[in-house]
Amino acid sequence: MPTLAHYLLVSGLLFSLGLAGVLLRRNILIIFMGLELMLNAANLSLVAFSRFNLLPNGLPNYNAQVLVFFIITVAAAEVAVGLAIIVALFRAKQTTHVEDLNTLKF
Amino acid sequence: MQLALFWIFSILMLAFALGVVFLRNPVSSAMSLVMTFVALAAVFVTLDAFFIAVVQVLVYAGAVMVLFLFIIMLLDLRAEKQRKVRPSAWLGGGLVVGGFMAAISQVIAGWPALHQTKPELSDPSFNDVAGVGFTLFRDFNLPFQIIGVLLLVSTVGVVLLSRKELK
Repeated sequence: MPTLAHYLLVSGLLFSLGLAGVLLRRNILIIFMGLELMLNAANLSLVAFSRFNLLPNGLPNYNAQVLVFFIITVAAAEVAVGLAIIVALFRAKQTTHVEDLNTLKF
Repeated sequence: MQLALFWIFSILMLAFALGVVFLRNPVSSAMSLVMTFVALAAVFVTLDAFFIAVVQVLVYAGAVMVLFLFIIMLLDLRAEKQRKVRPSAWLGGGLVVGGFMAAISQVIAGWPALHQTKPELSDPSFNDVAGVGFTLFRDFNLPFQIIGVLLLVSTVGVVLLSRKELK
């Protein structure tokens, strides 16, 4: 049987991969995908905690699953707004490469 | 059996997540991300969170990734040309990620309560959707309605942002 430590380790690895994507890639769309990976890693640890800490009636703690539901909703809204901003950015600058977007750089 | 399924889907998920980060073509990255989300839904099923697994497939692998692919095709992105790699960026990134992983594994190794196996459910044929629904509408009714307003605001924002003339 997998233990809570297994799930937390996998969740940590997924978060690290998302963080690596944000830090190492230069395409703004891939950076955005890295953000999604990190959100999903948080969801995984929340669901794992919900299943391993049962309520007194012996059922999973649904508060965590409702929080995951909210995170998924906010992430969907965030993706829609973020992609609209990226499209506006591409219209203005014809690039999605973050190193070409240095107008504000001192 | 449970452990085998957990490892199969976790390794699948992490392999596709590696693909998201290291493939050069944005379309391949997006397809890997779809597979990551599907494998994550399978891991949710091993945790008896059936409702969340279904929502994950519908919302993430369905709606969000269609949006991503749509934008990639709209912008007509090609595979990135190999730019010169900055060693400082890779060193910094590797250092941050490695340090984070080391911190997590140290916490997990030093906390015996995390090594418990899954406690048995009192009712193996429990109704997962009913549990989430009752909690959502009884204990979290106000946040639920606020999230509805958030979706409305983001819809209006997206329409405003994607108009031809940004004022």
